[in-house]
Amino acid sequence: MAKIIVDGIEVDVPPDYTLLQAAEAAGKEIPRFCFHERLSVAGNCRMCLVEVKGGPPKPTASCAMSVKDLRPGPNGEPPVMFTNSPMVKKAREGVMEFLLINHPLDCPICDQGGECDLQDQALAFGRDRSRYTENKNAVENKYIGPLVKTEMTRCIQCTRCVRFTAEICGTSDMGNINRGEDSEITTYLQTAMRSELQGNVTDLCPVGALLPRPQNFRARPWEYSKTPGVDVSDALGANIRIDARGREVVRILPRLNEAVNEEWISDKARQSVDGLKLQRLDRPYLRDNGKLRPASWSEAFNAIAAKVKATSSEKVGFIGGDLSSVEDLFAAKALAVALGVKNVDCRQDGAKIDPANGRASYLFNATVEGIDQADALLIIGSNPRWESPVLNARIRRRWRQGGSQGGDFPIAVIGEQHDLTYPYEHLGDSPDVLQNIVKGEGFGKILAKAERPLILIGAGVFARDDGPAIAALAAKLGVKGDWNGYCVLHNAASRVGALDIGFVPGQGGLNAPAMAKAGALDLLFLVGADEIAIEPGAFVVYVGTHGDRGAHRADVILPGAAYTEKSGLYVNTEGRVQMTDRAGFPPGDAREDWAIFRALSAVLDKTLPFDSLAQLRALLTRAVPHFAGIDQIEKGDAGALKLPAGDISAAALVSPITDFYLTNPISRASKVMAECSALAKSAALKQAAE
Amino acid sequence: MTQATPQGSPQASPKASPLLAAIKSVFLKEFFSTFFLAFRYLLKPKPTLNYPHEKNPQSPRFRGEHALRRYPNGEERCIACKLCEAICPAQAITIEAEPRGNDGTRRTTRYDIDMTKCIYCGFCQEACPVDAIVEGPNAEFATETREELFYDKQRLLDNGDVWEREIARNLAADAPYR
Repeated sequence: MAKIIVDGIEVDVPPDYTLLQAAEAAGKEIPRFCFHERLSVAGNCRMCLVEVKGGPPKPTASCAMSVKDLRPGPNGEPPVMFTNSPMVKKAREGVMEFLLINHPLDCPICDQGGECDLQDQALAFGRDRSRYTENKNAVENKYIGPLVKTEMTRCIQCTRCVRFTAEICGTSDMGNINRGEDSEITTYLQTAMRSELQGNVTDLCPVGALLPRPQNFRARPWEYSKTPGVDVSDALGANIRIDARGREVVRILPRLNEAVNEEWISDKARQSVDGLKLQRLDRPYLRDNGKLRPASWSEAFNAIAAKVKATSSEKVGFIGGDLSSVEDLFAAKALAVALGVKNVDCRQDGAKIDPANGRASYLFNATVEGIDQADALLIIGSNPRWESPVLNARIRRRWRQGGSQGGDFPIAVIGEQHDLTYPYEHLGDSPDVLQNIVKGEGFGKILAKAERPLILIGAGVFARDDGPAIAALAAKLGVKGDWNGYCVLHNAASRVGALDIGFVPGQGGLNAPAMAKAGALDLLFLVGADEIAIEPGAFVVYVGTHGDRGAHRADVILPGAAYTEKSGLYVNTEGRVQMTDRAGFPPGDAREDWAIFRALSAVLDKTLPFDSLAQLRALLTRAVPHFAGIDQIEKGDAGALKLPAGDISAAALVSPITDFYLTNPISRASKVMAECSALAKSAALKQAAE
Repeated sequence: MTQATPQGSPQASPKASPLLAAIKSVFLKEFFSTFFLAFRYLLKPKPTLNYPHEKNPQSPRFRGEHALRRYPNGEERCIACKLCEAICPAQAITIEAEPRGNDGTRRTTRYDIDMTKCIYCGFCQEACPVDAIVEGPNAEFATETREELFYDKQRLLDNGDVWEREIARNLAADAPYR
């Protein structure tokens, strides 16, 4: 630890702290543009200048100088720095004046206005007059993709975006060309950025140079009502802030959670918001003579009640969807139990995950933060870049830190080869190489030596017949003493929560693929299940939000609430229970799913024992106590992790996601996501042609 | 003469003698003084105006009916910055914006002022960075129904077209004091 005196306050900080961090430790804020906690230090905006004693006799960039760089005083006094001296004030005013020389005065038409770092800091630290009368510099706008709109004249060349794409995304899409006054930020050939995290540059940009294109000119920051939420586009459960203007959700921003998403979210989480308005089901529908027609709630309920009465409980089934909250599935399961139905399943992809094997068998046991501690990584049948881009960024960061014993952080992949933004050793397409690794051959040597190996298993693995056998081998590799490196990366936001409440077939019940078969069932409830094709025959009741696959097949549609329109619990892939709040109301006659099941149960004379969400949650936490611990992880017991061994087939592993941008009903309804998907496909074709 | 006390009850001055009061009363003093007062005002020029044919002079800062102005080339000034909406203390202004279809510039698709909510404080024109929304000199926009006072963008732009000369003159007259 090193001592430093900041404005007369003595603080004790680690010697590798920068002066800026030391000042923050002393409670002094220093203005900055180019500095960002999660990016490398550039030191080019000069806004963070401070005065130091024991360093150079001129203002010093506090982001680029460490505490240990300063000399102590002649009698060994700690070095001194000032953040509010006349020299600092003058330096800041000067820097601000230089920055504003070429920055246009177009705040009224700039979407950043109201949440702009430059605006705020010019107000706080700038002069109130301009002495500049010459013409301002103008820079041509660049095309950098469908998600980010550029207004490059506003750019102050802080290079945060350049460092973000190079360091976090690992795509090096952006760069700074030319020098001095001619310096420009560009994607070189004006191609679209290729990262799944590119939307984050709009948050990073301290001015209005990079703005979210879909929200162009739509709203001002002060118009939003801000609601904390949880992203459901993947199983990571990134923390988000839902910004609604009136009743309409306009944008989604990341919310800081160091343990989950830090401050990034994927483009799908951010920009599929327009899908919340399109293709929505806003009233019940009934199928008459092969055609769906609008109906009233009571008509729809009566049609279902007649069908339930005419069907024996063995011929009724419930399939849970990927975006449903725990409450929705709990209510659906309660109805299933009340009706005596055993055909209940949340695993639309037919994943052979059995909650009876213990919670550790389906969690990302090492936790997302545990990636930082891992010293070797084996990825089995997963493309984390598509299955969870933010998690992939964390893996990339771990890789950049290097191996724990020097050298590279060892990463190997079994399964399809993709550009994961970090180098890895490809061990083969088929999982049978796993047998050799367990024996300690090849990459197995590295895993055997590693103290904290992390075995990342994609959700696609479990859809195979030999899924449990592969998982059993992976568990053998991953569990070492206290460390449980057996990590399942799910694709569905609802999956872990659904498994926690036991939304799986009862004794003798059918699983989802069996329920979907023709003639298996007479009456099937789809709780937002859109990823499974239901063969003709069964009478299908669809409770969901969008006119997607499930609604097309349905005989009765009951309109539900999307994730921004209800308060609900979601459990992410590491088992973290998170709650999302309501940012708006469902459109038209649509209701929250749990309320639909409660109302339906009354019509069926099986009234469920809750009338409010609070009562439902009380029942839920009584049934599964760990749901009471919001933002906490109930660890799976590694000792109880017993997976049945079995034969492993030589068939190649395939990632279940074929198109990152179109994986759920919301993103499939989104125009922005469709545009991104088309662009990604054409870029892939171009690359293949080269 | 009796004088009204602060309490308002008439009370004879303690110095006034009963004799003097009797003389005043006999010679109808109060009657004649009132008569002359009325007669004096009869000869003075009349302060009332023959409204609406005559009107009082108006300050260039008068805050009357709102108008949205255009540039001389016909382009609407408003750029949908929403500062007027933000500052409006009565929340009478509602704006929706998106890129304009033909050139992608920032424009309003909806600009409503509820004139029944408006308190005519003039903050909107103070906030406007492009002098688009102004309170013009017109105060004669009474209507028979409430609904007619819910102004939309077209109505405000039309107002601007009608009153542009007066508005520009008033702005120019007030400019030296800003």
